Amino acid sequence: MSAPATATIVPQGAPNRRNTELVLLVLAVLIPLFAYADTGLAMDDRVPAGMAEYGLGMGLFALLAHLAVRRFAPYADPLMLPIAALLNGLGLVFIWRLDKARQLAHNFPAAQNQLIWTGLGVALFIGVMALLKDHRLLQRYTYIAGLVALVLLAIPAFMPARASDFGAKIWIHLGGFSIQPGEFVKIVLPVFFAGYLMAKRDALALASRRFLGLYLPRGRDLGPIIAVWLLSLLILVFETDLGTSLLFFGAFVIMLYVATERTSWIVFGLLMAGLGFWAVSGAEAHVQSRITDWLHPLTAAPGGGGVGQIGQSLFALGAGGVLGTGLGQGHSWLIGFAAKSDFILGTIGEELGLAGLMALFLLYALLVERGLRTALAARDPFGKLLAVGLSGAFALQVFIVAGGVTGTIPLTGMTLPFMAQGGSSVITNWALVAILLKISDVARRPAPVPETAAEPTQVVGPS
Amino acid sequence: MSELTLTVMRLGFLAVLWLFVIVAVQVIRSDLFGTKVVQRTAAAGRRNGAGAVPTGRQQPPQQREARGQQTQGNGRPRRGGPTQLVVVQGSLAGTTVALQGQTITLGRAHDSTIVLDDDYASSRHARIYPDQTGQWIVEDLQSTNGTYLDRTRLTSPTPLQPGAAIRIGRTVIELRK
Repeated sequence: MSAPATATIVPQGAPNRRNTELVLLVLAVLIPLFAYADTGLAMDDRVPAGMAEYGLGMGLFALLAHLAVRRFAPYADPLMLPIAALLNGLGLVFIWRLDKARQLAHNFPAAQNQLIWTGLGVALFIGVMALLKDHRLLQRYTYIAGLVALVLLAIPAFMPARASDFGAKIWIHLGGFSIQPGEFVKIVLPVFFAGYLMAKRDALALASRRFLGLYLPRGRDLGPIIAVWLLSLLILVFETDLGTSLLFFGAFVIMLYVATERTSWIVFGLLMAGLGFWAVSGAEAHVQSRITDWLHPLTAAPGGGGVGQIGQSLFALGAGGVLGTGLGQGHSWLIGFAAKSDFILGTIGEELGLAGLMALFLLYALLVERGLRTALAARDPFGKLLAVGLSGAFALQVFIVAGGVTGTIPLTGMTLPFMAQGGSSVITNWALVAILLKISDVARRPAPVPETAAEPTQVVGPS
Repeated sequence: MSELTLTVMRLGFLAVLWLFVIVAVQVIRSDLFGTKVVQRTAAAGRRNGAGAVPTGRQQPPQQREARGQQTQGNGRPRRGGPTQLVVVQGSLAGTTVALQGQTITLGRAHDSTIVLDDDYASSRHARIYPDQTGQWIVEDLQSTNGTYLDRTRLTSPTPLQPGAAIRIGRTVIELRK
């Protein structure tokens, strides 16, 4: 063996990127303002009256969030907060724009509410920043988190069915307003999975037999995956909520794969998801109708009228073309149902076109990439798994709703994170970003300089 | 509002949106390419194989050679004595640590000189150190699964001959001249 060739790798540049974040944040506030003015000019021939308030409000939220990051997570990732702020701001503009489309069925103003929810979301963001000293504290609540997730998921199934829920039982109605517990579970469940897998990953990864090139886990190690699978099937059956069920099972399989490095878990996961889906789709009329809609989007809906929901959104996307019709100049009232929540992507695609939609998807991809990057950089296994789980759940949610609206997969009701109308969704996603930022703060913080002349990471070159 | 203004604003908005994406990607660039490979100085030559993943992509080959020669010129505590510790089996196979009279700790703990990614290793498993005469000694630190020198399990600090295999779990380590 030749002489060892070793080198030291140190990160370049200042690790504290708060000023970069501030610059991007200013852009992220100005871009939605531009969109707001553009929409107003196109629809009413004048700059909207609430422009100054809106701009000040969003600017204030962004500034407060930024100051919280500066104070409590100085080394956090510089991109996540600006991207979240931009997506949320654009979402508000689109909801406001749809409020103005008077012809829309069941139209009642939602932008005001959404702005309040955004404020609550940013408040929760700051709260998490200030109160969660270290993400590893969450590890103590592994099993409590599992229990809370189960309870939150189970509650809607016991709620009386309401006609206004359109088939899916995912809401808890409390007095005048309703919350979607499934959204909060998106954070709680990854905490449980991360804590559980950290303890069990060696058994899951090592105790296995090799068969046909796949590592088969032992029967007793299959227990958790089967339990989660059954749980997601139960959600599907009792709450007829395909999206949530897919989201949790998918996030679990992703985390299992990351924890064990075994491709066989992905194969198993896909097989089990397919099997469960096939079994349930035969029995549940609701799920079956979704599949029919997906396979034949252009046939007339049974209730009369024109084409079904997916057909409408496909026409909206088609009308947008490459560059879009321009903000405020689309025909969004033709999307008859859930235009501000599940189908907001249809309006975005129509008014911003393929170019805008791709930019939007890139923004989501960047946010997820920053999450995964955080997971790579995190030093503790719990933080790694949690970051993967949270960003995986986020990515899956975008995929499920965007895939549904564009006709890639059967449509399921989910909110597009940060953009679609829905209070639970907005505050959950702000909390999710806050936790990711906390993890990235710990991950990117420079190691304390030891007394002895120890060095940063050493790399041994191939000799 | 005139058609022209609206068209300009429509395209302008898309341009600004993409500008944001591009700026964001520029910020990421520093993460992808933002590591600097520094040549090791002779004095600080320790802790070689601390479980790091060699990327090697950033280092040009001639730089690598230069560094190799430099490391070879490092201090040798005893003429004819072993100069390096080589991991010959296990997940860290190929890792070498230059011996410069310092104590080398082995184990799963993150502050070990060689961080063993081995399920059968204890967090502080064993250490290798030179005694007063410069003879290298291996000592088991009451590990769960034991440290083996050739076939025998260590019970006390034992002098180490070059070429003798130390086995810890699935990892095998040798001293080399």
